[in-house]
Amino acid sequence: MRVMVIVKASKDSEAGVMPSEELLTAMGKFNEEMVKAGIMLDGNGLKPTSKGVRLTFDGNKRTVVDGPFTETKELIAGYWLLQVKSLEEAIEWMKRCPNPHNDGGELEIRPLYELEDFAPGEGIRIHEKLRDELKGK
Amino acid sequence: MAADPHRSIAALFSIERPKLIASLMRITRDVGMAEEFAQDAFEAALADWPGKGIPEKPGAWLMLTAKRKALDAHRRKQVAATKYDELGRELRETEETPPDFDSALDDDIGDDLLRLIFTACHPALSQEARVALTLRLLGGLTTHEIARAFIVPEPTIAQRIVRAKKTLSERKVAYEVPHGEELSERLATVLEVIYLIFNEGYAATSGENWMRPELCEEALRLGRVLAELAKDEPEVHGLVALMELQMSRFKARTDAKGEAILLLDQNRARWDRLLITRGLAAIARAHEACAKPSRLPGSYLLQAELAACHARANTPGETDWAKIVGIYGALGALMPSPVIDLNRAVALGMLMGPQAGLEIVDGLANEPSLKHYYLLPAVRGDLLAKLGRKEEARAEFERAAAMTQNERERAVMLRRALLALS
Repeated sequence: MRVMVIVKASKDSEAGVMPSEELLTAMGKFNEEMVKAGIMLDGNGLKPTSKGVRLTFDGNKRTVVDGPFTETKELIAGYWLLQVKSLEEAIEWMKRCPNPHNDGGELEIRPLYELEDFAPGEGIRIHEKLRDELKGK
Repeated sequence: MAADPHRSIAALFSIERPKLIASLMRITRDVGMAEEFAQDAFEAALADWPGKGIPEKPGAWLMLTAKRKALDAHRRKQVAATKYDELGRELRETEETPPDFDSALDDDIGDDLLRLIFTACHPALSQEARVALTLRLLGGLTTHEIARAFIVPEPTIAQRIVRAKKTLSERKVAYEVPHGEELSERLATVLEVIYLIFNEGYAATSGENWMRPELCEEALRLGRVLAELAKDEPEVHGLVALMELQMSRFKARTDAKGEAILLLDQNRARWDRLLITRGLAAIARAHEACAKPSRLPGSYLLQAELAACHARANTPGETDWAKIVGIYGALGALMPSPVIDLNRAVALGMLMGPQAGLEIVDGLANEPSLKHYYLLPAVRGDLLAKLGRKEEARAEFERAAAMTQNERERAVMLRRALLALS
């Protein structure tokens, strides 16, 4: 199964304060361990929400809202994608993760829907057709 | 509290097991004993942790416990002297100084792990034994899981593993990474075992056996681990690339009923983009490794390149058939095979038109090794159908249907025979 590990934002990450050299080293080592174990598929840090936007939908209306956004604890500062055998395996790996922030850090682990969770129906077919049209045959 | 402690402990075992066995092998020089001491440590953990809680450094705890178990066994039995003396000294020092779990965990076990892989895939063992032992020692799969994945009775697998361990210890197989010329030969054996595990999972089209995709994932994981341990070996990266790219199509290759969907008919929106990216990156790493020292691409890398030609095309029409024809040429030069020639004919048919493809296929008509190969008439039928030679096409599809033992393949061929006339 695949899981996404979501790194929650902190005051520092939202202020664009770069992690300390020490944390970067520890994080690098931790990533290396996961790569060596063959479970890390992808991982990235995100810039603060002040560099991002939100797109809100209301019926047919679309509104673009510039960052930053306030509810720090609910924001995302980075992610990993892992290939693991069980949620427990992901938990045990992530317990070894260095605290991502100086103050209280929080990670959230969420299993991905696999495509087989959906029956191949009209939605996927339309999605493909559109994509092909966009590509110009 | 989401995590059940027993499931957490089981997850920890599967993370730590290969490292633990690899390290214990250095001391015991015997797979059976290494596994036994690892097992002892797990049992100690099962007795200890649910009450006291999981220690902060579970890996180090297990390692230390297993080493103590090894030393106890040695004191009882007075087995193989020198390594145990060393271990005894090591453990005394550990016990005299405050436990430093960090350093026990930081021990670079990469070389041990590599040695363990080469031992599990040793040429003294049968192919079946290599597969079972690799999954058991490095994949952390239980005998039950392996038996289920390969649809054989559990005692068969258990016996296979026991016999393999016995062979290794009787032959006194050295616990080492081979050097020089032996390395590439032995590495080829390791890659073969990993790819065999992958194909075992990939070949099954039925969704009933849930272990099947897990075998692919396990093979891919082993490949990724090996790629980190043997970074300079192009074929390791080639195999990883091949598996990543094949795996990227895993979910697109069958329909809801489990029927196979041909590559060109697959819904490319269902191809896994992340795995494609990873596969292409592994190809790049393989080429870097090929450059130092200069080596020609091997068969895994070439096969990965073929898969990459399809992965790069967003629609079937964008496929670089010229490149594919060239790669089949290189593959055929590396390991001459009429099957590769047949594939090249298909690619050439896509590039230059059905007539060009047909000319090569006709040249293969009397090839003895293809005499019972149903894909030969199948390909010929396809090319004839494209040329509008309906009657001949129908006859070829019927011939193909009669040649295959597989029900599904036969049904596809008979359907095509029927369609050929319309």
